[in-house]
Amino acid sequence: MEGKPVIARVQKTVRPGETRARRSLYLQYMVEPFFYLSPAILLIGAVIMIPLIIGISYSFQSIELLKPFASGWIGFENYVDLWSDRKFWIAMENTLFWTFWSITFQFLLGLGLAMLLNTQFFGKKLFQALVFLPWAVPTFLSALTWAWLFNPVIGPLPHWLAALGILSEPYNILGDPKLAMWGPITANIWFGVPFFAITLLAALQSIPGELYEAAEVDGATPWQTFTKITLPFLAPMIAITVMLRTIWIANFADLIYVMTGGGPANSTQILSTYIFTRAFRKLDFGYASTIAVALLVILLIYAVILLWLRKKLVKI
Amino acid sequence: MSAVKKPNPALIVGKYAALAFYLIFALFPLYWLLKIGLTPDALIYSEGTRLFPSEVTFSNFTTVIFQTDFVAYFRNSLVVSLGAAFFTTLFAAGAGYAFSRFVFAGKRIIIALMLVTQMFPLLMIIAPIYKIVADLGLLNSLTSLIVVYTAFNIPFATFLMQSFFDGIPKDLEDAAMMDGCSRFQALRKVVFPLTLPGLGATLGFVFTAAWSELLFALMLISKNDAMTFPVGLLTFVSKFSVDWGQMMAAGVLALIPSCLFFIFIQRYLVQGLTSGAVKG
Repeated sequence: MEGKPVIARVQKTVRPGETRARRSLYLQYMVEPFFYLSPAILLIGAVIMIPLIIGISYSFQSIELLKPFASGWIGFENYVDLWSDRKFWIAMENTLFWTFWSITFQFLLGLGLAMLLNTQFFGKKLFQALVFLPWAVPTFLSALTWAWLFNPVIGPLPHWLAALGILSEPYNILGDPKLAMWGPITANIWFGVPFFAITLLAALQSIPGELYEAAEVDGATPWQTFTKITLPFLAPMIAITVMLRTIWIANFADLIYVMTGGGPANSTQILSTYIFTRAFRKLDFGYASTIAVALLVILLIYAVILLWLRKKLVKI
Repeated sequence: MSAVKKPNPALIVGKYAALAFYLIFALFPLYWLLKIGLTPDALIYSEGTRLFPSEVTFSNFTTVIFQTDFVAYFRNSLVVSLGAAFFTTLFAAGAGYAFSRFVFAGKRIIIALMLVTQMFPLLMIIAPIYKIVADLGLLNSLTSLIVVYTAFNIPFATFLMQSFFDGIPKDLEDAAMMDGCSRFQALRKVVFPLTLPGLGATLGFVFTAAWSELLFALMLISKNDAMTFPVGLLTFVSKFSVDWGQMMAAGVLALIPSCLFFIFIQRYLVQGLTSGAVKG
């Protein structure tokens, strides 16, 4: 028993990461960790960071692979074009619509699912595995599946919507400029609810049970318990999850690209699909990079505003 | 605690109705995929919107497997996803270990840079990547896809691995090293066996991500024999847009590997996505 405090004391003097054998500080701080880190750093540098800088420089150049002789530095010309590009402003509006409704429904349905999963019921494990399944479905396949569900020939949705009186007759809403955006949004909700449910479930499980017991003893109604205990505890997690997911959804082009390709008449074109169509279909790399820089700036402004709001509003 | 109180019957009915709603919402689209895949070609138009097919056939599946290029797409996707999963996990384990166990110069900057890669639109670099890959003569090669996917997934995988390493007491390694092991022996004999679940989860996450990536594959691959599953299926859809049964059968086949990995990693979902959500 006498040995224990001695060991504890000796261990306390060991700095994190240090081994018992004495080694030079140089080796400790500069060589060994970088030996483990270097493959990751080199790859991220070569495949993400350097192309990112090249990409920003592209936005000041004219680079169209289909017109190889018209390439060169053109200053802010791409940005001037962007400002007067009607499609860019439509895409901006669509990005807001797409992101707002996707995140709202994903969050509300995800919160509901998390609260259900936080209670006890028969067959819970199997239920959880099944409702989380959409998260595992590859995105291109989610997109195709929902595109097919909205097709009146082989899908039931138009017929149900017509029977409910929402559509005048069973037609494909993906071809209707007024309604087309709701197709990818539905697919996005389906795909994204599990993510919110999982994240919020983890946060719900960390709320101390005594609080609920105390509330019950004091005669609180379920609504009071929800608004006075559950929501305040979840608030920080909600803020950070919503912020990160908003950025992710605003960038998320796969569903729209597969389901509608941005059409009909650009009614579902968001900024990220616009970047992709410009780069992929027209090989217009200069302009595509300009839209990308604009999207990046918008997302940065959004993140700064949200972080500022969070600091002001959430006092936990 | 709530067992003492008499439950409100209306609440219970509401709860099970909600459970049923979520279950149907999650599974119905997948059921429909399978249903159309199993419906014989001749009946697809007449029974397109029936809930159950009156006849069931596997001919769509056998046609897809034996008479189209899907086996090649499947193989390409498997090579790319396994390759990306293996290299990402290897490199992320190294980086996660360094973050978890060492204090070193530039650590904060490197972590911040990794976080940044999770925030900006990756589509931003699709044009430069295309140009670089084209200049290297690597268009239509699976190697380029493996390298790109590995780099994209390293940041998230690193944070995930770091959280697993943080969960392993450092004293275990120290004890092994005190007993005369080198750091590598300590890693191999003590840390590695304990990290196996973490390594498995990371492999699973990266595999699923690489398996479903579409846009970069679309950009970098144009030759039929190098196409991954998403690109192949999309090309197939735009070419033969009326072969519903075969397309959906192919969709069901594409779903199988993801579902297998999903079952495998399901235990780690809460831990993984939570650490991912908080850190990046």
